[in-house]
Amino acid sequence: MDTLAIQTLNSIFYAAVLFLISAGLSLIYGVMRIVNLAHGTFYALGAYVTAWAVGSVFGATAGGNWVLAGQLLLLPIGAFAIAVVGAVIEPTLLRPLYRRPEEYVLLITFGLLMILEDVMKLLFGGTPLSAGSIMDSMGSISIGRLLYPTYNLIVIGVGVIAAVGLWWFIYRTRFGVILRATSQDRRMASALGLNVGRVYVQAFAIGCFMAGLGGAVVVPAQAAVLGMGVDALILAFVVIVIGGLGSLEGALVGALIVSFVRTAGIQFFAEIELAVLYLIAAAVLLIRPTGLFGRA
Amino acid sequence: MPAAPTGPSVPRLLAFAVPIVVALALLPRFIDLYQTELLIYGLTFAIAALGFNLLLGYTGLLSFGHSAYFGMGAYTVAFIVRDLHVQSMELCILGGLLSSLVISALFGYVCVRHTRIFFGILTLALSQVLWSLAFKFFWVTGGTDGIRVPRTSITLLAGLMDFKGPGSYQRFVYAYYYYVLVLFLIATVVMWVIVHSPFGKALQAIRDNETRASFVGIRVRRYRWIAFVISGSFTGLAGALWVPLNGLTTPEILYWPFSGEIVFMTVLGGFRTFTGPIVGAIAFNYLKVYAVASSQYWQMVLGIVLVVMVMVLPTGIVGTIGRFAARLRRR
Amino acid sequence: MALLQTIDLKRYFGETRAVDNVNLSIEEREFVSLVGPNGAGKTSLINVISALLQAESGKIIFRGQDITRLSTTQRVKAGIARSFQLVNVFDDLTTFDNVALAIFSRQGKTAHLTSLAHLDEEVNREADGILGQFGLAAKRDANARDLAQGERKLLDVALAYALKPKLLFLDEPTSGVSTRDKGQIMDTIASVVRAEGITAVIVEHDMDVVFKYSDRIVVMAQGAILAQGTPDEIRKNDQVAMTLLGTSGPDAFTRKD
Repeated sequence: MDTLAIQTLNSIFYAAVLFLISAGLSLIYGVMRIVNLAHGTFYALGAYVTAWAVGSVFGATAGGNWVLAGQLLLLPIGAFAIAVVGAVIEPTLLRPLYRRPEEYVLLITFGLLMILEDVMKLLFGGTPLSAGSIMDSMGSISIGRLLYPTYNLIVIGVGVIAAVGLWWFIYRTRFGVILRATSQDRRMASALGLNVGRVYVQAFAIGCFMAGLGGAVVVPAQAAVLGMGVDALILAFVVIVIGGLGSLEGALVGALIVSFVRTAGIQFFAEIELAVLYLIAAAVLLIRPTGLFGRA
Repeated sequence: MPAAPTGPSVPRLLAFAVPIVVALALLPRFIDLYQTELLIYGLTFAIAALGFNLLLGYTGLLSFGHSAYFGMGAYTVAFIVRDLHVQSMELCILGGLLSSLVISALFGYVCVRHTRIFFGILTLALSQVLWSLAFKFFWVTGGTDGIRVPRTSITLLAGLMDFKGPGSYQRFVYAYYYYVLVLFLIATVVMWVIVHSPFGKALQAIRDNETRASFVGIRVRRYRWIAFVISGSFTGLAGALWVPLNGLTTPEILYWPFSGEIVFMTVLGGFRTFTGPIVGAIAFNYLKVYAVASSQYWQMVLGIVLVVMVMVLPTGIVGTIGRFAARLRRR
Repeated sequence: MALLQTIDLKRYFGETRAVDNVNLSIEEREFVSLVGPNGAGKTSLINVISALLQAESGKIIFRGQDITRLSTTQRVKAGIARSFQLVNVFDDLTTFDNVALAIFSRQGKTAHLTSLAHLDEEVNREADGILGQFGLAAKRDANARDLAQGERKLLDVALAYALKPKLLFLDEPTSGVSTRDKGQIMDTIASVVRAEGITAVIVEHDMDVVFKYSDRIVVMAQGAILAQGTPDEIRKNDQVAMTLLGTSGPDAFTRKD
């Protein structure tokens, strides 16, 4: 019973991280109709920047409550850094290509991926960078007879807040209306006086922020390693295939499904867990070709 | 009134191709062993890119999952050699072609129901199933260590040539060079005929305007699927040829960044031309080898090249040369 | 037996009745014009008949066969072809290749991947012939993308014609084209269609064109057929004049310039 609770919490923990990454990807697609192949790399970069920042300011050992507070405050720095990177990249590298067939954007983001992977190697070296001191400082709570890291619950909380926050942002704010209008009809939005260019860079920056945030919150639990971005992108894609491109609910439901299947898979059928995930994705596609919540 | 053929003129084509073939045939006399080996790699990648471009350049579908077919071809050869103790390269190639054909038929069937970005995502995602299987079933696939396929274990030309004993490395490189060259030429001719056939025209119509294509009576989904299968099989052939040369196959070639490299080479050469993928593959091979040799940040170097290509020279090497030549001709 | 018959054909878009219980029959060799104000459902009707849209209810009978559930390619094989209001051609193929492709498709040769397209003399001849009929011979080797608007419209029609259909739907074949070219295009289309005995239904806004070429005019409004008849009958129909022009009377349709 306790192990079940632990596994469930683990699944939700991973789902939270996956949701952050996938929601960012979906948001960018929803508004701009582009897919950023370097999105997973942004996630990795967010993890690295956060781990580096926390490590540089506070060192590697766990400190007291004030240190912990400082570390937690510093966490989002990864997210903001990536948002800035995204805000720089969109107008310079992506915008010139919108007029061209959409394959070109995919290509350039792949080039971006290659560049950023090595930039991370250059800046942070080949050894894993960790912010584990945060996790250690927070200790654990008991679930029945077992212990569970308190930090993971924080992450789950962040995921929930992010989901609700994003939903509120998109459906309840004026900026969200502008976002949705631009995503539905770019020319019409422009004709109505909306600065489409500004909307695009903002949407892209928000999407990148989400990816960076995913990295930032995961790094206390899991050290930042080279190649984590490339791995993460595949999972994000499975989430999107199941949940549907461009949909917030899809990212949430997809992340939960993928995460639970993965956790169960690692327990019971470790070799074929990715394959099982794909079988599920394929099944979803057969019934709903655009994913559970996707639009055509 | 007799109709003038609007297609390519064969004499002009031969005038262009024959010197190149002759040059390729004579090249090993003038370059060292290592360079010859490099060129063989280039030719195998050229076959892969040629197959890949049937989908991208001619059918308008960007696949980010071709590593699956390359890897399928490679691993099949490895299994045949290791487990079935077959030595004949011809049988290995047949096996590799068959397995990549089956996988591309399967994956293609799922993927062609979708277009554009979703198609790309699906091809990428599906290819990673194979990667994860190769990774996880390590007792079958050797995991990250992979499976060795040493040159001593294969024979060419139905057993006529084997590569055991002293001096065999050198013999192998030269023999394999001509072996791959011939297969490369055959593959090129076959692909050339396909893209200039009525079927090839239908694919281009689907690329240009899929709605109109169906209104002209073309069954769009089915033709896309057939193109997918042909494309995957060519790439599978490349994988099969690559393995004895590399001596080893690992999950790396199933990992999706390798699919990205296939896309890269095709775009580098120019995906709207026939010869672009060939030129691009050979050029990319040299580019990567020298980048790896000169810097540990070679991935960044390649990434920058790709970004520059997409922004400044989107038609690739061959496309840009073509435009240049056209401009000179107009003067 | 009519060549084409629609029975209670319906297609709604939510509240909008794009095709509202349409019963239309087209006889062989007729040249029918489909007219009506914008939003009358003319294009929607063609879209449903050519399978770009699915009918919600009702039937389409073509040459005695119920084609309501058939796909686009199946209807093309059955003998229905269409052109498009917004030009829909293969931009990166040459004009010649565009037409040749339609012929290959008609002859079922698009499945051939081991023969070279440009060596098919029979197809080459026919394609050149069609280009000649449509006045496009001079632009044979130009990319379709590089043709003038009028030429692209003609190519769009030529593509449909090359399928040698029994029934040809042309959706505003002269829209977006200068007045001078309009006449030329319609003359070409009409002469080709009549020479081959093809039944044609064209959607057209220019009433001069409509009166000049049609055997029969079908007037649509708000998704339904308002009236149909010969040009003379329609000219005298006040209700039609009111719907299309806002005025009525004996001179309603005469151009006052």
